[in-house]
Amino acid sequence: MSSFPSTAALIVRQTRYQILYFLRVPVALFFTIILPIVMLVLFNALFGDNTITTDEGEWPIRQFYTGGLAAYTAVSATYSNLGNMVPIRRDEGILKRWRSTPLPTWAYLAGLILSSIVIAVVSVLLMLAMGVVLYDLQVDWVKMPAAAVTLLIGVASFAALGMALVSVIKTASSSAAMVNATILPLAFISDVFIATDDEGFLHRVATFFPLKPFVNAFQDCFNPFIDGSGFSPGRLAFVAAWGAVGLLIAIKRFSWEPSGAPSRRGRRSKPAPTD
Amino acid sequence: MAAIEVDDLHKHYGDNHAVDGVSFRVEPGEVYALLGHNGAGKSTAVEILEGHRIATAGSVSVLGFDPAAADREFRDRIGVVLQSSGVENEFTVREAIDLYGSVYRNRRALDEVVGLVGLEAKVDERIGSLSGGQRRRVDLALGIIGTPDLLFLDEPTTGFDPSARRLSWDLVEQLGQGGTTVLLTTHYLDEAEHLADRVGVLANGRMIAEGTPSELIDGISGTVVSFQLPESVAVADAVSTFGTILDHEVRLCGRFVEATVDRSTQVVHRLTGWAVENNVELESLSVKRASLEEVYLQLTEQAEEG
Repeated sequence: MSSFPSTAALIVRQTRYQILYFLRVPVALFFTIILPIVMLVLFNALFGDNTITTDEGEWPIRQFYTGGLAAYTAVSATYSNLGNMVPIRRDEGILKRWRSTPLPTWAYLAGLILSSIVIAVVSVLLMLAMGVVLYDLQVDWVKMPAAAVTLLIGVASFAALGMALVSVIKTASSSAAMVNATILPLAFISDVFIATDDEGFLHRVATFFPLKPFVNAFQDCFNPFIDGSGFSPGRLAFVAAWGAVGLLIAIKRFSWEPSGAPSRRGRRSKPAPTD
Repeated sequence: MAAIEVDDLHKHYGDNHAVDGVSFRVEPGEVYALLGHNGAGKSTAVEILEGHRIATAGSVSVLGFDPAAADREFRDRIGVVLQSSGVENEFTVREAIDLYGSVYRNRRALDEVVGLVGLEAKVDERIGSLSGGQRRRVDLALGIIGTPDLLFLDEPTTGFDPSARRLSWDLVEQLGQGGTTVLLTTHYLDEAEHLADRVGVLANGRMIAEGTPSELIDGISGTVVSFQLPESVAVADAVSTFGTILDHEVRLCGRFVEATVDRSTQVVHRLTGWAVENNVELESLSVKRASLEEVYLQLTEQAEEG
C-alpha cells in the first residue's frame, strides 16, 4: 500500500480547492472583494477631494481611504469570510464528511485559513493597485516591507479570530448577523470609513479591539507624512495577541457538527416509557 | 479478528438511553444490516463505530481500532456514507472525487468510481445541479473512493428511484463479493432482505433480534394469507368477520385482507370453505412465506408492548 500524501501536497491541494470554491460562491465574492471596491470608488467620488488633518499635516483623504479600505478588505476576506462560510459548511455536513476521511484536522483548517489569507492578499493588492492608478496613492518602497508584515500579521490574526467566531456561532442562520454585528460597528470607529478623533469615548473603545490598530498600522505604511520604515511594533503586537487568543479559542472549541445537534437528536429518539 | 465487535454498547443523553446495551459482531466480508424505526438507536450506534460520537459505556472495536481514539490509519480504511451529509455543491463531480480521493493512500481511479455508481454522464456537472438521487450517488462515490475495507452505509438508498436503487444494490453486492465489509442501516426491509448476510433489529436502543434474513423469517410464525376484500363484506366489518373465520388476527392493507398465520393449510381451508359456502370469489388469494417486513413489524410490536 502506498503512503499518505505529503503534508505540503495536502495543504496546497486543500488551499487551491478552497480558493476555487470561494471564487464560485457569488455571495462570498461580492461581500469580500466587490463591496470594498465599490466602497472605495464611492467614497472617493463623494469625499475624495477633502483632506484630513493629522498631527503630521494635511492628508488627501483618497490615500486615507485606500489604505483603510484595503485593510478592511483583508479583514473581510479572513474574519468575515470564514465566519460566514464555515458555519454554512458545518450545517450542511461538509465538515462532518471531511471528519470521516483520513485528512488530518489541521490540514483541513490550514487549507481554509491559507485560502482566506491568499484571497485577502490578492484583494489588498488589487485595492492598492486601484489606489495607485486612480487615487494618487503614494507608494514609498522603504515602507513596503512594513506594509507586507503588517498585512500578514493582520490577516493571520483575523483569520484566527474568524475561526474563534465560528466556534461560538451555533448555526449558519445566525452567522451573518454575528459577523456583521462584531465587525461593522467597529469599522465605523476604527478609521475605515471615517477618520475619527484620537480621543474621546469611541476612540477608547476602538483601541481595545484589534481592528483600529491594524487599520492604522497599515494606513501609516502609505502615509506620506510618516518617515522611517513605517513599522508599528506596538500595534502589531496587540493585533497578534488578539490573534493568539482567537486561535486558542478556535482550537479549544472548534466543532465539526452544528452545536446542539446531539441533544436534538436525543430528544427525538427518546424511547417510549417501558412499563 | 472480527471487522466489528461491539459489546454492551451504551450511549446516554441524560435520561435518554439512545443505545442501551447493544452487542454484535460483523465478520470480515460480511454485509450486515441494522434495522429499526427512526430513533431506534441505529444511527447513534453507527456514528459511534465511525468515531463521530463517544460511547457512554461498553467496548467497541472496528478493524481492530478503537474508533473513539481513531486516527488517520483508521479513517483510511473505512468509507462512510452518512445520512445527510453535504458536499461542496460548487464543485463538479470530477473535482469532488479528485479532492476527496487525494487524501487516501489507496484510491480508486476516477473512471472506476463513476462507473461503479453510474455517474459517467454527470462527471463534469456541478454537484449543486444534480438531482437528489444523483447526489446520493456522489455520496456513494466519495464513500468508496479510498478503497475501504469497511463501508458504513447510513440509509444509502433513501430518495432513490427504483433503477438507482437497483444500481446501488448491485454496487453493494459487488463490494461484498470483493471482500469489503459493509454495515448498513436501512428502513427498507426488502433492501436488508436482498443485501444483508445478517440482520440486527434495534428497538428502543436494544437489539431485539439478530440472524440471517431467513433465520429471522423462520423464527416467527411465517405464512401470510392475503386476498382482496370481497364486495359482499363491508370495510368496517372486514377485520371482525375474517378474524372469526380465520381464527387469527387480520389486518386491512388498502383493499387487501392479510393475516400472518402458523398453519396456513387449515386457515386456507376454513377461508375457502366459507367462500364456497357463501358463493364468494376471493380475488388475488395468495399464500406466501412471510417477508422480513412481517418479521420486523411483529418484533417491533412485541418490543413496544413489552
